[in-house]
Amino acid sequence: MKIFKREYLILSILAVLGLALLGGCKPEHRFIKKTAFKDTNAIVITFADRVDEAWAKNTANYSIYEKPDPDIKLKIDRVSLSPDKRTVVLAFKEDLNRDQPHILTISEITSGGKSLGTALVKVKKLYFGYLFSILIGAMIIHNFVFTKYLGLCVFFGTSQKKSTAVGMGITFTIVIVFSAMMAWFLYQFVLKPYRLDFLQIVVFIGLVSLSVQAVDTILRKVNPALFKAFGVYLVLVIANCIVIAVPLLLADNEYNGWESLMLAFGAGIGFLIALFLMSSVRERLDLANVPPTYRGLPIAFVVAGLFALAFMGFSGMSIF
Amino acid sequence: MPATTKTNSQLLINGILNENPIFRLALSMCPAVGISTTVMNGLLLGIAVLFVQVFSSCTISVIKNYIHPRIRIPTYTLTIATWVTVIDLVLAAYMPAAYKEMGIFVKLIVAFAIITMRLEMFACKNPVPASFWDGVGMGLGFMFAMMTLGFVRELLGMGTLFGYDILGFKPLLFFVLPAAGFFCVGIMMAVFNYVELAYNRKKKG
Repeated sequence: MKIFKREYLILSILAVLGLALLGGCKPEHRFIKKTAFKDTNAIVITFADRVDEAWAKNTANYSIYEKPDPDIKLKIDRVSLSPDKRTVVLAFKEDLNRDQPHILTISEITSGGKSLGTALVKVKKLYFGYLFSILIGAMIIHNFVFTKYLGLCVFFGTSQKKSTAVGMGITFTIVIVFSAMMAWFLYQFVLKPYRLDFLQIVVFIGLVSLSVQAVDTILRKVNPALFKAFGVYLVLVIANCIVIAVPLLLADNEYNGWESLMLAFGAGIGFLIALFLMSSVRERLDLANVPPTYRGLPIAFVVAGLFALAFMGFSGMSIF
Repeated sequence: MPATTKTNSQLLINGILNENPIFRLALSMCPAVGISTTVMNGLLLGIAVLFVQVFSSCTISVIKNYIHPRIRIPTYTLTIATWVTVIDLVLAAYMPAAYKEMGIFVKLIVAFAIITMRLEMFACKNPVPASFWDGVGMGLGFMFAMMTLGFVRELLGMGTLFGYDILGFKPLLFFVLPAAGFFCVGIMMAVFNYVELAYNRKKKG
């Protein structure tokens, strides 16, 4: 029993390490310690040692573009060097799109009179902040139900009672994380290398049904009590378009493992939040005197519209 | 359900009015709320759904005797996914602008409950011609609902129809907002309910 547990631990550590490596930490030029965005239109570069002022002040030594379009070079307005000559601030005329990683080429870095070669560095937002913003984005700012209008059939079907809503939300989160990770793996390592991406719809819908079936079987054996509580919702998950939309979004945006995990988890929790809010209102609607033509679904739609209006208030919000 | 006794025209009308996918059966509501901002969007997605519905219905109807009952749902899903891939690639190749506007919804036709439901309820029990007309009826019903919503939202929101200026001013900009899709669908459903209630009362009284 003890050995089994240790193996378990080692396996999970390996898995975490593997994912961390996939997260992508590429070796960069050793003379550059740090690059970061500053305000809306500047980039700060920190060097390991003092650089020559004449070299540093020359804008021709820097060239920068957004990762998706290498042809469009961004115009650098001016360069300023800090008194200790270790930090350079590049100011740009236009605001930078901080959501995109920028590729910065620094040619012929000169320190103490000798050249240290050319460096190619990536400037991007703090990675954990970025992951967190994906999570919150999928959960609230771009809530799949209220701002993307997906998964409505199941949303209206299971939001009549709070207990049902919570059960459905939890089941859904488990399945979506499971299936999105599999879809990401299959897309990145099978479909894309073999140029089969036109098959993505067929493959993803197959994967979703497969993972629903898998969760069903595993839950039935491992935890019958839980299965009794949540088993009924499993079938409904297949009919939910969010569960197929998330893999498609992952494929479109070329997310890596961690980002995919965050998006899937955020989508699941976001759906849970939406269901919970809606069910709280609908429980009270049962007691209200609704005109006969509006009873049932029509009034639920109007309520959802009000929620959507409220959620519009989050739009354009950016974290980090 | 035994093979249907309805005539082809009855099947067609059934899909458009009595069992309208969006307003009556309340299925496939995501696109109804999401992209019914203009008539053109409604028309295009309607055509895509019509295509997928008709071809999947016919396919299933042809092979219905060879499907083992236990794997029928996966078979339906794969059939639909195949036809969705076809229409997805065609739209991406020939109508890139419209395809971009509809975004992810073309691919999501694969998850529309209405198509699977018609295969399960109708196509797997009926001969090919009846399935064909049922598919056409359901597709047209969907298209009709989408275009009605698009008509209301585009006219009230932007004062235009199919992109042509009709009113010359914008009466209620609110209707272009995504959230208004919920209100529109809710109100349209209420209208359908009202008509049904009035009709039943008349029949009784």
